[in-house]
Amino acid sequence: MSMTMTEAETHKGFIDVRDMGVTFGANDNKVVAVDNVSLNVQPGEFVSLIGPSGCGKSTLLSIVAGFVKPTRGEALLDGKAITKPGSDRGVVFQQYSLFPWLSVRKNVEFGLKMAGVEQSKRNTTARALLDLAGLLSFENHYPDQLSGGMKQRIGIVRALATSPQVLLMDEPFGALDTQTRVVMQEILTNIWQQFRISVLFITHDIEESIFLSDRIYVMTARPGRIKAVIKVPLPRPRTAEMTDTPEFMNLVQELKGLIREESLAAMAPEIKDRGLSGFGMKVGPKGVGEIF
Amino acid sequence: MGSTATAKIVALPMVDKHADPEPVAAEVKASAAQMPAAEIPVPEPEPIPTVSLTKVFLGLLGYVTRERMVTALLACISIGALFLFWYLGTKYRLEFYIRFKNVPTPYEVYQQLTQVGLSNKYLFNIAMSVRRILLGFMIATIIGVPLGLAIGKYQRVRDFFMPVVEIMRPIPAIAWVPMSIMLWPNNEASIVFITFIGAFFPILLNTIHGVHSLDGVLVRAARCLGASEIRLFMNVILPGSLPHIFTGLAVGMGVAWVSLIAAEMISGQFGVGYFTWEAYSLVDYPAIVLGMITIGVLGLACSGIIRMVGVLLMPWLAFAPGGRR
Repeated sequence: MSMTMTEAETHKGFIDVRDMGVTFGANDNKVVAVDNVSLNVQPGEFVSLIGPSGCGKSTLLSIVAGFVKPTRGEALLDGKAITKPGSDRGVVFQQYSLFPWLSVRKNVEFGLKMAGVEQSKRNTTARALLDLAGLLSFENHYPDQLSGGMKQRIGIVRALATSPQVLLMDEPFGALDTQTRVVMQEILTNIWQQFRISVLFITHDIEESIFLSDRIYVMTARPGRIKAVIKVPLPRPRTAEMTDTPEFMNLVQELKGLIREESLAAMAPEIKDRGLSGFGMKVGPKGVGEIF
Repeated sequence: MGSTATAKIVALPMVDKHADPEPVAAEVKASAAQMPAAEIPVPEPEPIPTVSLTKVFLGLLGYVTRERMVTALLACISIGALFLFWYLGTKYRLEFYIRFKNVPTPYEVYQQLTQVGLSNKYLFNIAMSVRRILLGFMIATIIGVPLGLAIGKYQRVRDFFMPVVEIMRPIPAIAWVPMSIMLWPNNEASIVFITFIGAFFPILLNTIHGVHSLDGVLVRAARCLGASEIRLFMNVILPGSLPHIFTGLAVGMGVAWVSLIAAEMISGQFGVGYFTWEAYSLVDYPAIVLGMITIGVLGLACSGIIRMVGVLLMPWLAFAPGGRR
């Protein structure tokens, strides 16, 4: 791992979200998805955004990606306001988003082709990236011939092909089974270790966020606000063994405590008020239908 | 090879901005220059073109050898049964509500084919019909596909064109015959126009449907990768809609033939439809059946060609979930 770039010098990719508010719909159907959120990702930093489902974390990422315009506040990349999608921000989606009509290599080349890079150069870059993802032997396959984990690995290197300053990842491993997920996390830290670009990573998996991140923002249930920021002091490069250390376990406990409340709130406000035990139900000999 | 691999990884971050972007290639070249030809390390395999003819041929061969033989056998039996029914019906001159009294026997039709089959008149009729089909179908494709893509993509274009489309669509191409004769300066143009009308709506509507059924995440992914509007069209929306477009082309081709034959029967000079109708007028019964069979074979050939082009243009569909096969 000695070949990481000397940081600082090249590293741009400072994401700055200020006083962000997002409201969907109008009048009676008005939903406040994100409320007064400020967060930042330092150049070369790996930051996770974690929170219960529906807390607006994906909305935040969509804003930084340039798909959604915020109702209030602003999102800046290296001091410039983000207004539309662009190849300076690589995005990896939760759904598989490879183009099924392009071979694996052509998928990785896509961004370069859009940038007008010539064929031979595209080819070289794409093959190097596929090699990094361990999928060079699949370069001429079509995405539909690959497993979910393979597709996401290609999704990641495709997003890296245009040398973006930041990588935005929206629960990229959410659709994968647990085993694949764990392996993918290791692969991702490995790749990131070599590129050292800023990453904003959305997840609802606590262990995943700790394993990958330098810092973790915890969001509240809707309307999404920042509840806490946790620094992850684990050394780099991260290895699978670290997940068994007391430091790791402590962080898991801390985050679990923070998130549990919010998950309950997200599921049903009543549960939050009464606690789960407040929901007893008497079941008579004739079943639930019997009224006492 | 080991050093090459390391070099590649080191080179990766250099993919961006600064520095020599192709140290790998450089290294391979350099080492090749130093060594005698026989010892040149085998470079990683050149990318193989995704559609190779041998592959397609082997694919087709694999398609034949399987238990699909049974399918083929059943196909032969079903076609054979049709001929047998025809043969028996004409042989015993069946009369039970439907009347085989005037229906020519398969042999009479065969004789007709051998006599007329290679005559210039017959071939000319075929050529005329094929030309009309190709013209009408091509114009329908050239207008229908881009218009469909635009309607599918842009709300405003949709708002503008769809009302007209919805009004025109239920009118069958055959109903256009009188209007078409009035509208166009000559017979030929009016027949091509009717063929065009027949092919146009299936192509247009399926293309629109293709754009709508395209997964939105692919469009977003393309945008993130820096695709401009026009490139988005060419590189994502068009290929993504292609399966539906081809459904539209196949259906359109079928309707085009229906429309063409009707138009030729009503207003035509020349053409297979005209040939068939003329045979009826002249009480030349075997020629009627010959005309029908000709129409069937031509229609089959046309949709077969479309399907084949589809397979060649969209090799990935073979692997798509719930795709072809």
